[in-house]
Amino acid sequence: MSKAEKIKIALIGNPNSGKTTLFNLLTGLNQKTGNFPGVTVDKKSGFCKLPDGTVAEIIDLPGTYSIYPKTLDEQVVQDVLLDLDHPQHPDKVIIVADASNLKRNLLLFTQIRDLGIPLILVLNMMDVAQLKKLNIDLRGLSIDLGVKIVPTNSHSGDGINVLKEALTQSLIKSKRPFYDTYSLAPKTIDKIKEDFSLTEDYRAYQFAQQSVRLNFLSQYQKDEINTIKTNNGFYDVPTQSQETLGRYQLISDIVDRNIINSKDPLKKSITEKIDAVVTHAVFGYLIFFLMLMLIFQAIFAWAETPMNLIEGGIAEFSNLVKDVLPTDVITDLLTDGILAGLAGVLVFIPQIAILFAFIALLEESGYMSRAVFLMDKFMRKFGLNGKSVVPLISGMACAIPAIMATRNIESWKDRLITIFVTPFMSCSARLPVYAILIGLVVPNDTVLGFFNLQGLVLQGLYLLGFIAAIGSAFVMKYILKTKERAYFIMELPGYKIPSWKNIGLTIYDKSRTFVFEAGKVIIAISIILWVLASYGFNENFQNAETNVRVEIGTQATDEAYEIALNAYKLEHSIAGSFGKFIEPVIRPLGYDWKIGIALITSFAAREVFVGTMSTIYSIGASDDDETTIREKLSEEKNAQTGEPMYSPAVAFSLMVFYAFAMQCMSTLAVVYRETKGWKWPMIQMVYMTAVAYLSALLVYNLFS
Amino acid sequence: MRTLAQLKKHEKGIIKGFNDDTLSVKLMEMGCLPGTEVSVDLIAPFGDPIAIGVAGYCLSLRKNEAACIMIEE
Repeated sequence: MSKAEKIKIALIGNPNSGKTTLFNLLTGLNQKTGNFPGVTVDKKSGFCKLPDGTVAEIIDLPGTYSIYPKTLDEQVVQDVLLDLDHPQHPDKVIIVADASNLKRNLLLFTQIRDLGIPLILVLNMMDVAQLKKLNIDLRGLSIDLGVKIVPTNSHSGDGINVLKEALTQSLIKSKRPFYDTYSLAPKTIDKIKEDFSLTEDYRAYQFAQQSVRLNFLSQYQKDEINTIKTNNGFYDVPTQSQETLGRYQLISDIVDRNIINSKDPLKKSITEKIDAVVTHAVFGYLIFFLMLMLIFQAIFAWAETPMNLIEGGIAEFSNLVKDVLPTDVITDLLTDGILAGLAGVLVFIPQIAILFAFIALLEESGYMSRAVFLMDKFMRKFGLNGKSVVPLISGMACAIPAIMATRNIESWKDRLITIFVTPFMSCSARLPVYAILIGLVVPNDTVLGFFNLQGLVLQGLYLLGFIAAIGSAFVMKYILKTKERAYFIMELPGYKIPSWKNIGLTIYDKSRTFVFEAGKVIIAISIILWVLASYGFNENFQNAETNVRVEIGTQATDEAYEIALNAYKLEHSIAGSFGKFIEPVIRPLGYDWKIGIALITSFAAREVFVGTMSTIYSIGASDDDETTIREKLSEEKNAQTGEPMYSPAVAFSLMVFYAFAMQCMSTLAVVYRETKGWKWPMIQMVYMTAVAYLSALLVYNLFS
Repeated sequence: MRTLAQLKKHEKGIIKGFNDDTLSVKLMEMGCLPGTEVSVDLIAPFGDPIAIGVAGYCLSLRKNEAACIMIEE
């Protein structure tokens, strides 16, 4: 079967309707994340083999409550559906509706039905509907709505095979629209249908309603629509009001006719009982902070064993390679360049997996929206929005998806402030830097019975990032001026037992993305660095052998000579020269030229720090060492004092620098895309670097 | 005329209309239609935002947004 014959099926539904769970069930591991053309909205798609042997491409569109978009993510749904030439324009649509809350879910269904795209209605979460004692007459509902209905329970997977079977059958397009849009604006609709050669009334009506927003229309076409609207007296808001009311009227009649609610209205649901505690004035915040604390403790405590295994395993492997292969430049590049860099990537997988598992868990269970609800008033004081909680918490995983998640914030000012301060939140790339430095200078003790001291210091660093974020937001609140209104209308979904499959897939997806995306950069930089650190053009580097002989005298052992030679070569290599060049600037922070090299390479991405350190110290050390990077760092001596280089003062100064500095090219690129210009990423970079430098200076002087 | 923002916790009311056009469209999409019964289910610890029960689910909104929804006496 050729690629061109593949049918495209779009999954559309309200947020919290279990759409993503259904998507995961249909596609399994056959998923990929890309971008919709022209916009930065994540496009999740995957392939599903149908019972008749055809392969369908399933596209998971962002959740939305109606075809009128309120956020940038929702805009995509509209673009894909209204633009007949859109590359993702679906052949069939699966509307996923929450069976336990059908009235609101059906609004979107009726709108898309009237666009004339063949569709199928999935009533998901049938288990919840049963729990709510709703008796649904599926046959009656199907006749009244004029659509094929498949009941499913995406949690248990019930109904998925019926759905796959139904997708192979041709779906009949109903001749009459569900709701008569035509009578709202007959002249406008007729004219637009004629000028744009459209067949459905509702599509023409949407062109009139949304002309300004539709990216696929040219300015000329938009002007044309506006002229038609003015000539025929079409007003957006009152017409939309009338449409929504009319649709709900029909939906309400149908739902009341086909669904009988036999629940005792006085009995409290589980969600209500949980909410009473979770949004409580005292327990609410207590639970929120305990939850965050648990995450940090888990990242340190649970990840340690697998991390040690990975670190040790690669060190072993590196030695094995050195033993097997002849001692030459290629082997050096392989072990000191590539393997050392690879170790720096793989070792974070356990921590990243744990962090993303928790974030997925909070989202899946429904707790995240309660955190938004609890924090809104507090966040507003700092110029943010309750919805900023999600980007800020996701920012602890990675600023890039977090900044993209700000699209759910409708107000531009709130959104810009959130984008600006999110990179202050300690992301997972900083974690390895913290981890290694904390491991060096903070003892692995238990305090107050069960708190791990290293975990507490880590938590302190995250807190520091959070304080910097809201502090900066507070300042920006007064600098930025706007007249725009902010909205905060949000569903609090019922609590759900998270789907382990969804969480598993998130962990897999994020870890894989990290290894491949970050891994590429890290390994490339490791190789460049190895070259820069292994070669030099100045006289000292060329005459290294003679110079070192003279320095240490003839009676030194071969081993001592080799160590001294390697160190001398590194100091006079190209990388060494770079490091020395910036040393005067970073000297006040307690850093030497070796850390200088790491700071420079960290501007590509922070996690490169550890890889850089291990490359630098592998090159500097003798060939037959089998130590891990942590041991290498603790053995490093300050060239002037002979004391350990990584004293608490230097280590804490470095931690604070990494906590605040904008050292991530990808984040800058995303901010550029999201703010549509270089102004904000540049201000952000200068501001964050200044904060980092001054704070590190302060910390170094306090500790030394 | 009372608005939704003036209802106490657990108090119920019927939506009569809106005093803000742009917001009314968004609220209606979310199921807040004239004639629908709403109840104040949760009030956040510092008095704002609130969460209301409407059309069989729970919707959170800020006090100033709730003030756009007028309640029948």
